[in-house]
Amino acid sequence: MQSDRRMHETWRSFRVAAWLGWQIESNWADPFVFAIYSLVKPLAGALILVFMYAVIAKGGVDSPLFPAVFVGNAMFIYVPAVLAGISWTIIDDREHYGMLKYVYTAPVSVFAYLIGRGVAKAAVATVVVVVTLLLGTVALRVPITLAGINGPLVVGALVSGCVMLSLFGILLGGVTLVTARHNYGVGEAVAGSLYLLCGVVFPLDTLPSWLGGVGRGIPITYWVEALRRALLGAGTPAFDGLSDGALLGVILGSTAVLAGLAVGTFRLAERRARARGLLDMQTMY
Amino acid sequence: MNGRSGWTTFWRTVCGRAYPRVIGAQREKSWVFFEIFLPLLQVTAYVFIYRAIQAPPEFLGFVVLGGAMSAYWLNVLWSMASQLYWEKETGNLELYIVAPTSRMAILLGMALGGMFQTTLRAAAIITIGSLLFRVPMTATNVPVLLGVFLTTLVALYGLGMMLSSLFLFLGREASHFSELLQEPVSLVSGFYFPVRALGQVVAAAASALPITLGLDAMRQLLFPSMMENLRFLSAEVELAILAGSAAVFLFLAHRALAFFEKLARREGRLTVRGQ
Repeated sequence: MQSDRRMHETWRSFRVAAWLGWQIESNWADPFVFAIYSLVKPLAGALILVFMYAVIAKGGVDSPLFPAVFVGNAMFIYVPAVLAGISWTIIDDREHYGMLKYVYTAPVSVFAYLIGRGVAKAAVATVVVVVTLLLGTVALRVPITLAGINGPLVVGALVSGCVMLSLFGILLGGVTLVTARHNYGVGEAVAGSLYLLCGVVFPLDTLPSWLGGVGRGIPITYWVEALRRALLGAGTPAFDGLSDGALLGVILGSTAVLAGLAVGTFRLAERRARARGLLDMQTMY
Repeated sequence: MNGRSGWTTFWRTVCGRAYPRVIGAQREKSWVFFEIFLPLLQVTAYVFIYRAIQAPPEFLGFVVLGGAMSAYWLNVLWSMASQLYWEKETGNLELYIVAPTSRMAILLGMALGGMFQTTLRAAAIITIGSLLFRVPMTATNVPVLLGVFLTTLVALYGLGMMLSSLFLFLGREASHFSELLQEPVSLVSGFYFPVRALGQVVAAAASALPITLGLDAMRQLLFPSMMENLRFLSAEVELAILAGSAAVFLFLAHRALAFFEKLARREGRLTVRGQ
Protein backbone atom coordinates (compact mmCIF):
# COMPACT_ATOMS: atom_id res chain seq x y z
CA MET A 1 0.00 0.00 0.00
CA GLN A 2 2.72 2.41 1.05
CA SER A 3 4.87 1.38 -1.89
CA ASP A 4 1.91 2.03 -4.19
CA ARG A 5 1.52 5.50 -2.77
CA ARG A 6 5.24 6.13 -3.16
CA MET A 7 5.18 4.96 -6.78
CA HIS A 8 2.23 7.21 -7.46
CA GLU A 9 3.99 10.17 -5.85
CA THR A 10 7.18 9.49 -7.81
CA TRP A 11 5.30 9.23 -11.10
CA ARG A 12 3.29 12.40 -10.39
CA SER A 13 6.47 14.32 -9.46
CA PHE A 14 8.18 13.16 -12.63
CA ARG A 15 5.22 13.94 -14.88
CA VAL A 16 4.60 17.42 -13.48
CA ALA A 17 8.33 18.25 -13.47
CA ALA A 18 8.64 17.15 -17.10
CA TRP A 19 5.70 19.38 -18.07
CA LEU A 20 7.16 22.29 -16.05
CA GLY A 21 10.59 21.75 -17.61
CA TRP A 22 9.08 21.81 -21.08
CA GLN A 23 7.20 25.05 -20.35
CA ILE A 24 10.32 26.77 -18.99
CA GLU A 25 12.38 25.47 -21.87
CA SER A 26 10.05 26.39 -24.69
CA ASN A 27 7.32 28.89 -23.87
CA TRP A 28 9.44 32.00 -24.32
CA ALA A 29 9.12 31.76 -28.10
CA ASP A 30 6.81 30.40 -30.77
CA PRO A 31 7.59 26.83 -31.90
CA PHE A 32 9.35 27.87 -35.11
CA VAL A 33 11.71 30.30 -33.38
CA PHE A 34 12.27 27.75 -30.61
CA ALA A 35 13.18 25.10 -33.20
CA ILE A 36 15.66 27.43 -34.86
CA TYR A 37 17.29 28.35 -31.56
CA SER A 38 17.50 24.68 -30.57
CA LEU A 39 19.01 23.49 -33.84
CA VAL A 40 21.40 26.24 -34.89
CA LYS A 41 23.87 25.95 -32.04
CA PRO A 42 24.60 22.20 -32.23
CA LEU A 43 24.56 22.20 -36.01
CA ALA A 44 27.11 25.00 -36.05
CA GLY A 45 29.24 22.97 -33.63
CA ALA A 46 29.12 20.00 -36.02
CA LEU A 47 29.98 22.20 -38.99
CA ILE A 48 33.08 23.53 -37.21
CA LEU A 49 34.37 19.94 -37.23
CA VAL A 50 33.42 19.56 -40.88
CA PHE A 51 35.43 22.60 -41.90
CA MET A 52 38.40 21.61 -39.75
CA TYR A 53 38.46 18.33 -41.64
CA ALA A 54 37.80 20.00 -44.98
CA VAL A 55 40.78 22.34 -44.57
CA ILE A 56 43.32 19.78 -43.43
CA ALA A 57 42.45 16.09 -43.62
CA LYS A 58 43.42 14.23 -46.77
CA GLY A 59 40.13 13.61 -48.54
CA GLY A 60 38.33 16.15 -46.30
CA VAL A 61 35.14 14.66 -44.90
CA ASP A 62 35.89 11.42 -46.79
CA SER A 63 38.73 10.82 -44.34
CA PRO A 64 38.18 7.39 -42.67
CA LEU A 65 38.24 9.07 -39.25
CA PHE A 66 35.44 11.51 -40.01
CA PRO A 67 32.29 9.33 -39.61
CA ALA A 68 33.32 8.17 -36.11
CA VAL A 69 34.13 11.74 -35.11
CA PHE A 70 30.88 13.10 -36.54
CA VAL A 71 28.71 10.47 -34.84
CA GLY A 72 30.61 10.90 -31.54
CA ASN A 73 30.04 14.65 -31.67
CA ALA A 74 26.35 14.23 -32.55
CA MET A 75 25.67 11.77 -29.71
CA PHE A 76 27.57 13.93 -27.23
CA ILE A 77 24.77 16.52 -27.61
CA TYR A 78 22.95 14.41 -24.99
CA VAL A 79 25.69 14.85 -22.39
CA PRO A 80 25.49 18.59 -21.59
CA ALA A 81 21.72 18.51 -22.20
CA VAL A 82 20.93 15.80 -19.63
CA LEU A 83 23.85 16.15 -17.24
CA ALA A 84 24.01 19.93 -16.97
CA GLY A 85 20.23 20.21 -17.49
CA ILE A 86 19.44 18.33 -14.28
CA SER A 87 22.02 20.13 -12.15
CA TRP A 88 20.96 23.48 -13.62
CA THR A 89 17.47 22.89 -12.20
CA ILE A 90 18.92 23.40 -8.71
CA ILE A 91 20.35 26.80 -9.68
CA ASP A 92 17.29 27.84 -11.65
CA ASP A 93 14.81 26.91 -8.93
CA ARG A 94 16.89 28.19 -6.04
CA GLU A 95 18.42 31.37 -7.44
CA HIS A 96 16.23 32.45 -10.33
CA TYR A 97 12.68 31.43 -9.46
CA GLY A 98 13.19 31.04 -5.69
CA MET A 99 11.10 27.84 -5.75
CA LEU A 100 13.46 25.15 -4.47
CA LYS A 101 12.34 25.59 -0.87
CA TYR A 102 8.72 25.02 -1.97
CA VAL A 103 9.72 21.85 -3.80
CA TYR A 104 11.14 20.61 -0.50
CA THR A 105 8.03 21.57 1.44
CA ALA A 106 5.70 19.80 -1.04
CA PRO A 107 4.99 16.04 -1.15
CA VAL A 108 7.40 15.60 -4.04
CA SER A 109 10.08 13.01 -4.80
CA VAL A 110 13.14 15.22 -5.37
CA PHE A 111 14.93 12.68 -7.58
CA ALA A 112 11.86 12.20 -9.78
CA TYR A 113 11.42 15.97 -9.90
CA LEU A 114 15.04 16.58 -10.98
CA ILE A 115 14.99 13.85 -13.61
CA GLY A 116 11.62 15.10 -14.86
CA ARG A 117 13.04 18.60 -15.28
CA GLY A 118 15.85 17.08 -17.37
CA VAL A 119 13.40 15.31 -19.69
CA ALA A 120 12.55 18.45 -21.67
CA LYS A 121 16.21 19.05 -22.48
CA ALA A 122 16.68 15.37 -23.37
CA ALA A 123 13.66 15.54 -25.71
CA VAL A 124 15.05 18.61 -27.47
CA ALA A 125 18.48 16.92 -27.62
CA THR A 126 16.92 13.86 -29.27
CA VAL A 127 15.48 15.99 -32.08
CA VAL A 128 18.80 17.80 -32.50
CA VAL A 129 20.76 14.52 -32.60
CA VAL A 130 18.43 13.11 -35.26
CA VAL A 131 18.70 16.28 -37.39
CA THR A 132 22.50 16.32 -37.02
CA LEU A 133 22.79 12.67 -38.04
CA LEU A 134 20.47 13.29 -41.01
CA LEU A 135 22.65 16.21 -42.08
CA GLY A 136 25.71 13.97 -41.84
CA THR A 137 24.10 11.16 -43.79
CA VAL A 138 22.57 13.28 -46.54
CA ALA A 139 25.10 16.06 -47.02
CA LEU A 140 28.39 14.64 -45.74
CA ARG A 141 28.20 10.99 -46.77
CA VAL A 142 28.45 9.66 -43.23
CA PRO A 143 27.72 5.96 -43.87
CA ILE A 144 24.62 5.40 -41.72
CA THR A 145 22.03 3.20 -43.41
CA LEU A 146 18.76 1.83 -41.99
CA ALA A 147 19.87 -1.70 -42.85
CA GLY A 148 23.22 -1.21 -41.16
CA ILE A 149 21.91 0.12 -37.84
CA ASN A 150 22.17 -2.32 -34.94
CA GLY A 151 18.73 -1.63 -33.39
CA PRO A 152 19.10 -3.52 -30.09
CA LEU A 153 22.50 -1.93 -29.45
CA VAL A 154 21.13 1.56 -30.21
CA VAL A 155 18.19 1.07 -27.81
CA GLY A 156 20.32 -0.60 -25.13
CA ALA A 157 23.03 2.04 -25.29
CA LEU A 158 20.60 4.96 -25.46
CA VAL A 159 18.44 3.83 -22.55
CA SER A 160 21.33 2.86 -20.28
CA GLY A 161 23.20 5.99 -21.36
CA CYS A 162 20.30 8.28 -20.47
CA VAL A 163 20.01 6.64 -17.03
CA MET A 164 23.78 7.01 -16.56
CA LEU A 165 23.73 10.68 -17.61
CA SER A 166 20.76 11.39 -15.33
CA LEU A 167 22.73 9.92 -12.43
CA PHE A 168 25.72 12.07 -13.33
CA GLY A 169 23.29 15.02 -13.34
CA ILE A 170 22.05 14.15 -9.85
CA LEU A 171 25.63 13.82 -8.61
CA LEU A 172 26.39 17.25 -10.03
CA GLY A 173 23.11 18.56 -8.61
CA GLY A 174 24.31 17.50 -5.15
CA VAL A 175 27.52 19.45 -5.62
CA THR A 176 25.49 22.44 -6.84
CA LEU A 177 23.28 22.31 -3.74
CA VAL A 178 26.19 23.11 -1.44
CA THR A 179 28.11 25.57 -3.61
CA ALA A 180 27.56 29.22 -4.43
CA ARG A 181 28.74 31.33 -7.32
CA HIS A 182 30.73 28.47 -8.90
CA ASN A 183 27.53 26.86 -10.20
CA TYR A 184 27.58 28.36 -13.66
CA GLY A 185 31.00 26.98 -14.47
CA VAL A 186 30.67 23.53 -12.93
CA GLY A 187 28.24 22.01 -15.47
CA GLU A 188 30.12 23.44 -18.44
CA ALA A 189 33.50 22.42 -17.03
CA VAL A 190 32.37 18.84 -16.47
CA ALA A 191 30.75 18.59 -19.92
CA GLY A 192 33.83 20.20 -21.55
CA SER A 193 36.19 17.84 -19.73
CA LEU A 194 34.15 14.83 -20.81
CA TYR A 195 34.19 16.09 -24.42
CA LEU A 196 37.98 16.10 -24.26
CA LEU A 197 38.64 12.98 -22.19
CA CYS A 198 36.09 10.60 -23.72
CA GLY A 199 37.61 10.75 -27.21
CA VAL A 200 34.43 12.18 -28.66
CA VAL A 201 36.01 14.03 -31.60
CA PHE A 202 39.34 12.22 -32.01
CA PRO A 203 40.60 8.69 -31.34
CA LEU A 204 41.42 8.20 -27.65
CA ASP A 205 44.97 7.13 -28.60
CA THR A 206 45.67 10.70 -29.74
CA LEU A 207 45.66 11.85 -26.11
CA PRO A 208 48.82 11.44 -24.02
CA SER A 209 48.68 7.94 -22.47
CA TRP A 210 47.88 9.17 -18.94
CA LEU A 211 44.97 11.29 -20.20
CA GLY A 212 43.80 8.42 -22.39
CA GLY A 213 43.85 6.26 -19.25
CA VAL A 214 41.58 8.75 -17.49
CA GLY A 215 39.26 8.63 -20.53
CA ARG A 216 39.10 4.83 -20.33
CA GLY A 217 37.97 5.15 -16.74
CA ILE A 218 34.88 7.19 -17.69
CA PRO A 219 31.79 5.19 -18.70
CA ILE A 220 30.67 7.86 -21.21
CA THR A 221 33.67 6.85 -23.37
CA TYR A 222 32.18 3.35 -23.74
CA TRP A 223 28.71 4.77 -24.32
CA VAL A 224 29.94 6.92 -27.25
CA GLU A 225 31.84 3.93 -28.65
CA ALA A 226 28.76 1.67 -28.39
CA LEU A 227 26.67 4.21 -30.28
CA ARG A 228 29.32 4.52 -32.99
CA ARG A 229 29.26 0.77 -33.48
CA ALA A 230 25.46 0.67 -33.41
CA LEU A 231 25.10 3.36 -36.08
CA LEU A 232 28.18 2.90 -38.27
CA GLY A 233 28.84 -0.81 -37.81
CA ALA A 234 32.36 0.00 -36.62
CA GLY A 235 33.91 1.97 -33.80
CA THR A 236 37.43 3.23 -33.18
CA PRO A 237 40.51 0.94 -33.06
CA ALA A 238 41.10 1.79 -29.39
CA PHE A 239 38.25 -0.56 -28.36
CA ASP A 240 38.73 -3.35 -30.92
CA GLY A 241 39.27 -5.86 -28.13
CA LEU A 242 35.82 -5.27 -26.59
CA SER A 243 32.70 -6.96 -27.94
CA ASP A 244 29.37 -5.09 -28.14
CA GLY A 245 28.13 -7.07 -25.14
CA ALA A 246 31.22 -6.16 -23.15
CA LEU A 247 30.68 -2.47 -23.97
CA LEU A 248 27.08 -2.66 -22.76
CA GLY A 249 28.25 -4.56 -19.68
CA VAL A 250 30.71 -1.77 -18.83
CA ILE A 251 27.94 0.84 -19.26
CA LEU A 252 25.42 -1.09 -17.13
CA GLY A 253 27.95 -1.97 -14.42
CA SER A 254 29.21 1.58 -14.09
CA THR A 255 25.62 2.87 -14.08
CA ALA A 256 24.88 0.61 -11.09
CA VAL A 257 27.94 1.91 -9.23
CA LEU A 258 27.06 5.47 -10.20
CA ALA A 259 23.51 5.05 -8.87
CA GLY A 260 24.81 4.41 -5.36
CA LEU A 261 27.36 7.20 -5.61
CA ALA A 262 24.92 9.76 -7.01
CA VAL A 263 22.11 9.07 -4.52
CA GLY A 264 24.55 8.94 -1.60
CA THR A 265 26.27 12.19 -2.59
CA PHE A 266 22.98 13.98 -3.21
CA ARG A 267 21.53 12.90 0.16
CA LEU A 268 24.71 14.00 1.92
CA ALA A 269 24.67 17.36 0.13
CA GLU A 270 20.98 17.76 0.92
CA ARG A 271 21.60 17.23 4.65
CA ARG A 272 24.45 19.71 4.57
CA ALA A 273 22.36 22.25 2.63
CA ARG A 274 19.52 21.96 5.17
CA ALA A 275 21.94 22.30 8.09
CA ARG A 276 23.59 25.38 6.62
CA GLY A 277 20.39 26.99 5.33
CA LEU A 278 21.44 26.75 1.67
CA LEU A 279 18.16 25.49 0.21
CA ASP A 280 16.87 29.02 -0.30
CA MET A 281 20.23 30.72 -0.81
CA GLN A 282 20.13 33.79 -3.09
CA THR A 283 23.64 34.88 -4.12
CA MET A 284 22.39 37.33 -6.80
CA TYR A 285 24.97 36.01 -9.23
CA MET B 1 25.25 70.41 -15.13
CA ASN B 2 28.03 72.56 -16.65
CA GLY B 3 30.50 71.21 -19.23
CA ARG B 4 33.34 70.53 -16.83
CA SER B 5 31.33 68.80 -14.13
CA GLY B 6 29.50 66.88 -16.90
CA TRP B 7 32.80 65.40 -18.10
CA THR B 8 33.89 64.72 -14.54
CA THR B 9 30.67 62.79 -13.91
CA PHE B 10 31.10 60.97 -17.22
CA TRP B 11 34.61 59.76 -16.38
CA ARG B 12 33.75 58.98 -12.78
CA THR B 13 30.90 56.82 -14.09
CA VAL B 14 33.24 55.08 -16.53
CA CYS B 15 35.69 54.33 -13.71
CA GLY B 16 32.93 53.33 -11.32
CA ARG B 17 31.39 50.85 -13.77
CA ALA B 18 34.78 49.50 -14.83
CA TYR B 19 35.87 48.95 -11.21
CA PRO B 20 33.88 45.75 -10.54
CA ARG B 21 35.44 44.20 -13.64
CA VAL B 22 38.98 45.45 -13.14
CA ILE B 23 39.17 44.73 -9.40
CA GLY B 24 36.05 42.85 -8.30
CA ALA B 25 36.18 40.15 -10.97
CA GLN B 26 39.69 39.13 -9.85
CA ARG B 27 38.45 38.46 -6.32
CA GLU B 28 36.25 35.54 -7.34
CA LYS B 29 39.02 33.02 -7.90
CA SER B 30 36.72 30.25 -9.11
CA TRP B 31 35.44 32.52 -11.89
CA VAL B 32 38.99 33.38 -12.96
CA PHE B 33 39.71 29.66 -13.07
CA PHE B 34 36.61 28.78 -15.08
CA GLU B 35 37.07 31.68 -17.51
CA ILE B 36 40.53 30.39 -18.37
CA PHE B 37 39.83 26.69 -18.00
CA LEU B 38 36.67 26.46 -20.15
CA PRO B 39 38.11 28.02 -23.33
CA LEU B 40 41.29 25.99 -22.75
CA LEU B 41 39.25 22.77 -22.70
CA GLN B 42 37.71 23.67 -26.06
CA VAL B 43 41.12 24.66 -27.43
CA THR B 44 42.66 21.39 -26.22
CA ALA B 45 39.91 19.29 -27.82
CA TYR B 46 40.38 21.06 -31.16
CA VAL B 47 44.18 20.81 -30.91
CA PHE B 48 43.84 17.04 -30.57
CA ILE B 49 41.54 16.93 -33.60
CA TYR B 50 44.24 18.67 -35.65
CA ARG B 51 46.85 16.33 -34.20
CA ALA B 52 44.72 13.32 -35.09
CA ILE B 53 44.57 14.43 -38.74
CA GLN B 54 48.25 15.43 -38.75
CA ALA B 55 47.76 19.13 -39.40
CA PRO B 56 50.87 21.37 -39.57
CA PRO B 57 51.80 22.83 -36.12
CA GLU B 58 50.69 26.32 -37.23
CA PHE B 59 47.09 25.06 -37.13
CA LEU B 60 47.49 24.44 -33.42
CA GLY B 61 48.40 28.11 -33.22
CA PHE B 62 45.24 29.03 -35.13
CA VAL B 63 43.22 27.16 -32.51
CA VAL B 64 45.05 28.70 -29.53
CA LEU B 65 44.60 32.21 -30.95
CA GLY B 66 40.95 31.47 -31.77
CA GLY B 67 40.42 30.20 -28.22
CA ALA B 68 41.92 33.36 -26.74
CA MET B 69 39.78 35.58 -28.95
CA SER B 70 36.71 33.50 -28.11
CA ALA B 71 37.15 34.69 -24.51
CA TYR B 72 36.54 38.25 -25.80
CA TRP B 73 33.51 37.18 -27.80
CA LEU B 74 32.03 35.39 -24.76
CA ASN B 75 32.71 38.46 -22.65
CA VAL B 76 30.99 40.69 -25.21
CA LEU B 77 27.98 38.36 -25.33
CA TRP B 78 27.53 37.61 -21.64
CA SER B 79 29.01 40.67 -19.93
CA MET B 80 28.18 43.41 -22.44
CA ALA B 81 25.18 42.44 -24.55
CA SER B 82 23.27 40.62 -21.80
CA GLN B 83 24.36 42.94 -19.00
CA LEU B 84 21.50 45.44 -19.06
CA TYR B 85 19.08 42.50 -19.16
CA TRP B 86 20.70 41.04 -16.00
CA GLU B 87 20.64 44.48 -14.39
CA LYS B 88 16.92 44.60 -15.12
CA GLU B 89 16.42 41.15 -13.60
CA THR B 90 18.33 42.04 -10.42
CA GLY B 91 16.67 45.43 -10.03
CA ASN B 92 19.74 47.59 -10.76
CA LEU B 93 18.54 49.01 -14.06
CA GLU B 94 16.16 51.47 -12.42
CA LEU B 95 19.12 52.86 -10.47
CA TYR B 96 21.09 53.33 -13.69
CA ILE B 97 18.17 55.15 -15.26
CA VAL B 98 17.57 57.54 -12.35
CA ALA B 99 21.29 58.23 -11.76
CA PRO B 100 22.36 61.71 -12.95
CA THR B 101 24.85 60.36 -15.49
CA SER B 102 25.19 59.29 -19.09
CA ARG B 103 24.16 55.75 -19.98
CA MET B 104 26.94 55.75 -22.60
CA ALA B 105 29.42 56.26 -19.75
CA ILE B 106 28.00 53.17 -18.04
CA LEU B 107 28.37 51.13 -21.24
CA LEU B 108 31.89 52.48 -21.82
CA GLY B 109 32.87 51.56 -18.26
CA MET B 110 31.51 48.06 -18.78
CA ALA B 111 33.44 47.78 -22.05
CA LEU B 112 36.77 49.03 -20.69
CA GLY B 113 36.48 46.89 -17.57
CA GLY B 114 35.51 43.88 -19.69
CA MET B 115 38.49 44.40 -22.01
CA PHE B 116 40.89 44.47 -19.07
CA GLN B 117 39.29 41.50 -17.36
CA THR B 118 39.29 39.41 -20.53
CA THR B 119 42.80 40.41 -21.58
CA LEU B 120 44.14 38.77 -18.41
CA ARG B 121 42.23 35.57 -19.27
CA ALA B 122 43.15 35.66 -22.99
CA ALA B 123 46.83 36.19 -22.12
CA ALA B 124 46.69 33.14 -19.84
CA ILE B 125 45.05 31.06 -22.59
CA ILE B 126 47.70 32.09 -25.15
CA THR B 127 50.57 31.50 -22.74
CA ILE B 128 49.36 28.13 -21.45
CA GLY B 129 48.20 26.99 -24.92
CA SER B 130 51.46 27.98 -26.63
CA LEU B 131 53.63 26.32 -23.99
CA LEU B 132 51.49 23.20 -23.73
CA PHE B 133 51.26 22.58 -27.46
CA ARG B 134 54.57 24.19 -28.52
CA VAL B 135 52.98 26.57 -30.99
CA PRO B 136 55.51 28.13 -33.42
CA MET B 137 54.45 31.81 -33.26
CA THR B 138 56.57 34.61 -34.77
CA ALA B 139 55.29 38.18 -34.79
CA THR B 140 56.46 39.72 -38.09
CA ASN B 141 55.20 43.25 -37.55
CA VAL B 142 54.52 44.03 -33.89
CA PRO B 143 53.12 47.58 -34.32
CA VAL B 144 50.59 46.44 -36.96
CA LEU B 145 49.74 43.37 -34.87
CA LEU B 146 49.10 45.58 -31.86
CA GLY B 147 47.07 47.96 -34.03
CA VAL B 148 44.92 45.12 -35.39
CA PHE B 149 44.38 43.70 -31.90
CA LEU B 150 43.36 47.02 -30.33
CA THR B 151 41.17 48.05 -33.27
CA THR B 152 39.46 44.64 -33.14
CA LEU B 153 38.74 45.14 -29.46
CA VAL B 154 37.32 48.65 -29.98
CA ALA B 155 35.08 47.42 -32.82
CA LEU B 156 34.06 44.31 -30.91
CA TYR B 157 33.13 46.15 -27.73
CA GLY B 158 31.39 48.82 -29.83
CA LEU B 159 29.27 45.99 -31.21
CA GLY B 160 28.73 44.77 -27.62
CA MET B 161 27.58 48.25 -26.54
CA MET B 162 25.15 48.31 -29.43
CA LEU B 163 23.81 44.83 -28.61
CA SER B 164 23.34 45.70 -24.94
CA SER B 165 20.82 48.37 -25.96
CA LEU B 166 18.98 45.81 -28.05
CA PHE B 167 18.97 43.37 -25.11
CA LEU B 168 17.34 46.08 -23.00
CA PHE B 169 14.25 45.29 -24.97
CA LEU B 170 14.45 41.49 -24.63
CA GLY B 171 12.89 39.26 -21.99
CA ARG B 172 13.74 35.62 -21.31
CA GLU B 173 14.93 35.21 -24.88
CA ALA B 174 18.04 37.27 -23.99
CA SER B 175 20.07 34.36 -22.66
CA HIS B 176 18.87 32.10 -25.50
CA PHE B 177 19.94 34.79 -27.97
CA SER B 178 23.41 34.94 -26.42
CA GLU B 179 23.65 31.15 -26.55
CA LEU B 180 22.60 31.28 -30.19
CA LEU B 181 25.44 33.65 -31.01
CA GLN B 182 28.18 31.41 -29.58
CA GLU B 183 28.84 28.40 -31.85
CA PRO B 184 27.45 29.94 -35.05
CA VAL B 185 29.81 32.90 -34.67
CA SER B 186 32.69 30.52 -33.85
CA LEU B 187 31.85 28.84 -37.15
CA VAL B 188 31.41 31.81 -39.46
CA SER B 189 34.24 33.85 -37.93
CA GLY B 190 36.69 30.96 -38.30
CA PHE B 191 37.72 30.73 -34.66
CA TYR B 192 39.34 27.33 -35.24
CA PHE B 193 40.19 27.37 -38.97
CA PRO B 194 40.95 30.10 -41.54
CA VAL B 195 37.71 31.85 -42.50
CA ARG B 196 38.57 31.57 -46.19
CA ALA B 197 37.62 27.89 -46.00
CA LEU B 198 33.99 29.02 -45.85
CA GLY B 199 34.24 30.65 -49.29
CA GLN B 200 34.55 34.30 -50.24
CA VAL B 201 30.84 35.12 -49.94
CA VAL B 202 30.38 33.73 -46.42
CA ALA B 203 33.72 35.20 -45.31
CA ALA B 204 32.68 38.61 -46.66
CA ALA B 205 29.34 38.41 -44.84
CA ALA B 206 31.06 37.26 -41.65
CA SER B 207 33.35 40.31 -41.88
CA ALA B 208 30.47 42.31 -40.40
CA LEU B 209 31.68 40.79 -37.13
CA PRO B 210 34.97 42.48 -36.20
CA ILE B 211 36.44 39.30 -34.75
CA THR B 212 36.43 37.64 -38.20
CA LEU B 213 38.81 40.14 -39.79
CA GLY B 214 40.75 40.63 -36.56
CA LEU B 215 41.52 36.92 -36.31
CA ASP B 216 42.42 36.63 -39.98
CA ALA B 217 44.77 39.61 -39.79
CA MET B 218 46.41 38.44 -36.56
CA ARG B 219 46.96 34.97 -38.01
CA GLN B 220 48.64 36.54 -41.05
CA LEU B 221 50.96 38.51 -38.79
CA LEU B 222 51.78 35.58 -36.50
CA PHE B 223 51.92 32.70 -39.02
CA PRO B 224 52.88 34.49 -42.27
CA SER B 225 54.08 31.53 -44.34
CA MET B 226 51.13 29.28 -43.47
CA MET B 227 48.59 32.05 -44.09
CA GLU B 228 50.03 33.02 -47.48
CA ASN B 229 47.48 30.84 -49.28
CA LEU B 230 44.82 30.85 -46.60
CA ARG B 231 44.28 34.56 -45.95
CA PHE B 232 40.98 36.25 -46.75
CA LEU B 233 42.17 39.86 -47.35
CA SER B 234 45.54 41.46 -46.68
CA ALA B 235 46.16 42.47 -43.05
CA GLU B 236 46.37 46.18 -44.01
CA VAL B 237 42.98 46.12 -45.74
CA GLU B 238 41.47 44.24 -42.81
CA LEU B 239 42.89 46.82 -40.39
CA ALA B 240 41.32 49.64 -42.40
CA ILE B 241 37.92 47.89 -42.44
CA LEU B 242 38.19 47.23 -38.71
CA ALA B 243 38.89 50.91 -38.03
CA GLY B 244 35.82 51.85 -40.06
CA SER B 245 33.60 49.33 -38.31
CA ALA B 246 34.84 50.50 -34.89
CA ALA B 247 33.63 54.02 -35.67
CA VAL B 248 30.33 52.74 -37.10
CA PHE B 249 29.59 50.46 -34.12
CA LEU B 250 30.36 53.18 -31.56
CA PHE B 251 28.07 55.60 -33.41
CA LEU B 252 25.32 52.96 -33.72
CA ALA B 253 25.70 52.07 -30.03
CA HIS B 254 25.00 55.70 -29.12
CA ARG B 255 21.93 55.86 -31.36
CA ALA B 256 20.65 52.42 -30.40
CA LEU B 257 20.85 53.21 -26.69
CA ALA B 258 18.66 56.29 -27.09
CA PHE B 259 16.22 54.49 -29.39
CA PHE B 260 15.75 51.29 -27.39
CA GLU B 261 15.66 53.08 -24.05
CA LYS B 262 12.82 55.26 -25.35
CA LEU B 263 11.03 52.25 -26.76
CA ALA B 264 11.46 50.21 -23.57
CA ARG B 265 10.17 53.15 -21.48
CA ARG B 266 7.13 53.54 -23.70
CA GLU B 267 6.31 49.82 -23.56
CA GLY B 268 7.02 49.61 -19.84
CA ARG B 269 9.77 47.02 -20.21
CA LEU B 270 12.47 48.72 -18.13
CA THR B 271 11.28 47.29 -14.83
CA VAL B 272 9.60 44.06 -15.95
CA ARG B 273 11.31 40.98 -14.49
CA GLY B 274 11.11 37.26 -15.16
CA GLN B 275 9.39 37.93 -18.47
